[in-house]
Amino acid sequence: MPEGIFCNRKSIDTKEGLQEFMTDKGGAAYYKEMESLEVNVPALKAELKRTLKSRLKTWLNTCQGCGLCADSCFFYLANDKDPKQVPSYKIQSTLGEMVRRKGEVDTPFMIHCMDVAWGQCTCCNRCTLYCPMGIDMGVMFSYLRGLLYSQGFVPWEMKIGSGMHRVYRAQMDITTEDWVDTCEWMEEETEEEWPGLKIPIDQEDADIIYTVNAREPKHYPGDLADAAILFHLAGEKWTVPSEGWEETSLAMFAGDWEAAKMQVKSVYSAIDRLKPKRMVVTECGHAYRATVIEGPYWAGIKDGKPPVETLHYVEWVAEALRTGKLKIDPAKRIKEPVTYHDSCNYIRNAGLANDARYIMSMIAEDFREMTPNREHNFCCGGGGGLNGIGRYRKERNTGMIVKRDQILATGAKLVITPCHNCWDAIRDLEEVYKIGIRWSFLKPYLVKMAVVPDHLQHLEE
Amino acid sequence: MYQFITGPLLWLSFTIFFVGCFTHVVLYIKDLDEALDRVSYTTHIGWAIRGALWSLISWMVPFGTRSWRVKPVYTLMFYLFHIGAVIAPLFLSAHAVILESRWGISVPTLPDVVADWLTVGVIVAAVGVVIRRFILPEVRILTTDRELGALFIAVAPFVTGCMAYHQVGDSTYWTLAHILSGELLLVAIPFTKLSHLVLFFCSRVQIGIDFGTKRGGMKSVGMPV
Repeated sequence: MPEGIFCNRKSIDTKEGLQEFMTDKGGAAYYKEMESLEVNVPALKAELKRTLKSRLKTWLNTCQGCGLCADSCFFYLANDKDPKQVPSYKIQSTLGEMVRRKGEVDTPFMIHCMDVAWGQCTCCNRCTLYCPMGIDMGVMFSYLRGLLYSQGFVPWEMKIGSGMHRVYRAQMDITTEDWVDTCEWMEEETEEEWPGLKIPIDQEDADIIYTVNAREPKHYPGDLADAAILFHLAGEKWTVPSEGWEETSLAMFAGDWEAAKMQVKSVYSAIDRLKPKRMVVTECGHAYRATVIEGPYWAGIKDGKPPVETLHYVEWVAEALRTGKLKIDPAKRIKEPVTYHDSCNYIRNAGLANDARYIMSMIAEDFREMTPNREHNFCCGGGGGLNGIGRYRKERNTGMIVKRDQILATGAKLVITPCHNCWDAIRDLEEVYKIGIRWSFLKPYLVKMAVVPDHLQHLEE
Repeated sequence: MYQFITGPLLWLSFTIFFVGCFTHVVLYIKDLDEALDRVSYTTHIGWAIRGALWSLISWMVPFGTRSWRVKPVYTLMFYLFHIGAVIAPLFLSAHAVILESRWGISVPTLPDVVADWLTVGVIVAAVGVVIRRFILPEVRILTTDRELGALFIAVAPFVTGCMAYHQVGDSTYWTLAHILSGELLLVAIPFTKLSHLVLFFCSRVQIGIDFGTKRGGMKSVGMPV
């Protein structure tokens, strides 16, 4: 069978297409069809020729096989130091082999590549920091994901995710109307307690345009309310766009570069339309990376920077605390031991370690770092899209052991992480391993401990 | 025989070495692609230079990165090997004599005893690296003929040179073997994993620019890549 009904090389571009695709619960038929999905060898060869340039070639060819990357990989550590989990081995036996065979590969090989690219690597980029040659295996796996996506060898949920971006410009089925309704609903819910609070939609020339993760309007609208309260307390002139509000990119995890471009362009057009001075991104790691770090390149922006200066939420909070826009009531600081988990996507791809430490020093009395931390922190175990992929649940749960042990070693029972993916993974970690921890974003704590300025009213319920 | 291998063959070896290395660097730079690599190489020049230097210096200084610090035994072997392999041949008085007599070029030299110990260091480190390759499963799985072959070619001139210097057995034999293995090394560098002699610098500069301009270098000084 060259291409299947569900499993094929076509992207999902319509609402109906998405609905039909999702009738195959869990992708049972999809993966069955994949076993006979033929590789389009000429297309793969052409794509390798077009995109495999000096950087990737050098990374593949000059690996000296020193093995320093082994201990840097949480999958390697969590799987009892299985040599097949050494990052260099993983990339050499997949992308390296594909290149050595000049794209002349078969279906079982491509399925193996898929299982390694999504099930054994979260593209956390940690191994890059341990390679004397500066080889970035996270970037190479991301590249491999792109090749696999173009050939139809992509996990079921990733195909849905990129389809969602193509259809809704969001990772979930949220329309402009749904989003605007959620904003209005949260404004109504919150303004009783906070008279004068607004969630301004499509205001031009605001100081801040605030963009979010689709999970917030879909599952956690309270997060949007918390963000509104904090902007209200800080006296920010802010707005949300009715369109182009979604920062995340499952398309990036899927390797669907066309959808990734469509997604960031929707955000950049909101910026062009509303002309804000700056953008602030919610507490999400990959959203920030997709729209702020990688997105400008997908959109063809020459200097590699988004159209306006963009802050991750931790940067905005740190700035608001430093400038006194937000003040913390010292009596309300977190008293119990608390630790903090850095998201790979902003710690190793955006350098935000210091702001996070500053925030923790302001809100916690007994802050305990994990070891190692900052740029050397381990992935939560669910990054790179892995959290959402049913096929690799076992691999994900095993990988989380490293994060579990890091948390346990701090003695803290509360973990703060300003990232949706990490938040999910730590929640699941507790569900699987039951170590008695709680987890939170920053916003709920900030709302509880922020000082209400004299000119604002707060009517407690 | 001696005339040939120290004459035309030496010239040929040096030509292949220099042209090969130069070609590697030129092709590397020419093929960098801002859109595909998603790195803006030509804007943020100041940050790019800073990132590139930070990347090079951090990794060239022994124990300059966390990666070196968490593996101290390997790091010692690594630097023992590389420092000796670069310094000993470049500043060996016997090599300087040839340069002076052939082309009248005068270069500074190391005392013979220092060069000798550096050579022994290279050989000891190479033995250590090979043992490590076979006893550690995570390195064994990455070891192929390409890695072992490159190491063998790289170490051969040091072993033969050491034998010739200490006049063990037939010193003419060891001298010829030393010259030939040295020429083999020069020729092999562009065509094997030994091309990291130049590609190390290309790769480190590239990743240094990447992290220095795009991935956090403008916000955090702590990125050791």
